[in-house]
Amino acid sequence: MLSLKVAGWATALNLVFGVAAGFGLSRWRSGARDVVDSLLTLPLVMPPTVLGYYLLVLLGRRGVIGAWLDRFDIQLVFTWQGAVIASTVVAFPLVLKSARAAFEAVDPQLERAARTLGVSETAVFFRVSLPLAARGILAGGLLAFARALGEFGATLMIAGNLPGRTQTLSVAVYSAVQAGDDATANFLVIVTSVTCVVILLVAGRLVPQRTLLVSR
Amino acid sequence: MPLEVDIQKTFVSAERRFTLDVAFTATTQRVVLFGPSGAGKSLTLQAIAGLLRPDEGKITLHGNALFDSKLNVDLKPQARKVAYLFQDYALFPHLNVRQNIGFGLQRGWFNPRARSSHAQIDYWLDALELRGVAGNFPAQLSGGQKQRVALARALVAQPQLLLLDEPFSALDSTLRQRMRLELSDLQTRLDIPMVLITHDPDDVAAFGDQVVQINDGRVRENQAFSGYARSET
Repeated sequence: MLSLKVAGWATALNLVFGVAAGFGLSRWRSGARDVVDSLLTLPLVMPPTVLGYYLLVLLGRRGVIGAWLDRFDIQLVFTWQGAVIASTVVAFPLVLKSARAAFEAVDPQLERAARTLGVSETAVFFRVSLPLAARGILAGGLLAFARALGEFGATLMIAGNLPGRTQTLSVAVYSAVQAGDDATANFLVIVTSVTCVVILLVAGRLVPQRTLLVSR
Repeated sequence: MPLEVDIQKTFVSAERRFTLDVAFTATTQRVVLFGPSGAGKSLTLQAIAGLLRPDEGKITLHGNALFDSKLNVDLKPQARKVAYLFQDYALFPHLNVRQNIGFGLQRGWFNPRARSSHAQIDYWLDALELRGVAGNFPAQLSGGQKQRVALARALVAQPQLLLLDEPFSALDSTLRQRMRLELSDLQTRLDIPMVLITHDPDDVAAFGDQVVQINDGRVRENQAFSGYARSET
């Protein structure tokens, strides 16, 4: 259940930030665009433990952000909220990439048409761009959910392995194997596998339907 | 004399340099910009609608400046009250006919509801015989129906000027004749000034009360229509 909570929050956060960043990148005309895109995609290729270490440095009590949060008595290290942040960062590029591709696939003519009809820029985004990109974004969101569900390295670094508090499914599998508790490990592995297969099937369904809609 | 255009814009790419230098004054309610494709007709129309910013010059509609580089005036497309009929109609694929027509009537962050009712929408559904397909999506419409929806969507907000980008090029020749008549009737009835761009001489014959010829980004002549040779099709 904790895993679902963490992955759910991570996906929700990513849908907001990933979509905003994806839209920004798809509309931004500048040479720096590719550099920013690469930087934002880094979490996809970096080892999760390295990411976890970065987060620990930033969010730990003596970290830049951590020290600031400490003043408000907020601590993220060794909490499930810390696990959410780790999962969010790791899964972020998946939403970003899908969102950017989906926004770039929206016919700019439709956005221009909406402008000549007197609708404000914000409304053009919510009424035209976002609904037309929704399927692609949703597919990216599901992938991010699956990735967040399986997050291990960064979560272990920042949230630790406290049973009942920060022990997510994938961390629990590791603990069970270490402890020689094969029955628990088998059960957890099957649950994780089935969940991931279902998510991938749904995500796969969403993508071709979107292209169908465009080509009709 | 509702519309005055005098604009310049230069496009530079690695392969070529293109200068748009267009000046004309509309003296009638129906103006045709005529010229081969790639001559800069669409760019001119986009500049009038506010979708393209000229380097310098001015565009005046009914005495109000829409764009004036000297006075630093550049109204947003939203504020120009200029309707634009796109060549491929640009209907919103995720909205049905009723929602497409009502799109400009609703200003908020949300689209009109699928069954939204509005006197203006109903008027246009009847006027253009779209009542039977009101709940359909653009992908389910014929070419003529798509064009009527695009027209209704453009006119529903009661614009001051109607811009048409090659409006008949996507239709077969029979339908083209019929839609020309429909548009002509509509324009007379609403008495709305319009600028139509085309490379088809038949469009010039039907709508060219005033013909502005564009070639290679420049206006060649600006003449009152005086018996253009009508080609029989």
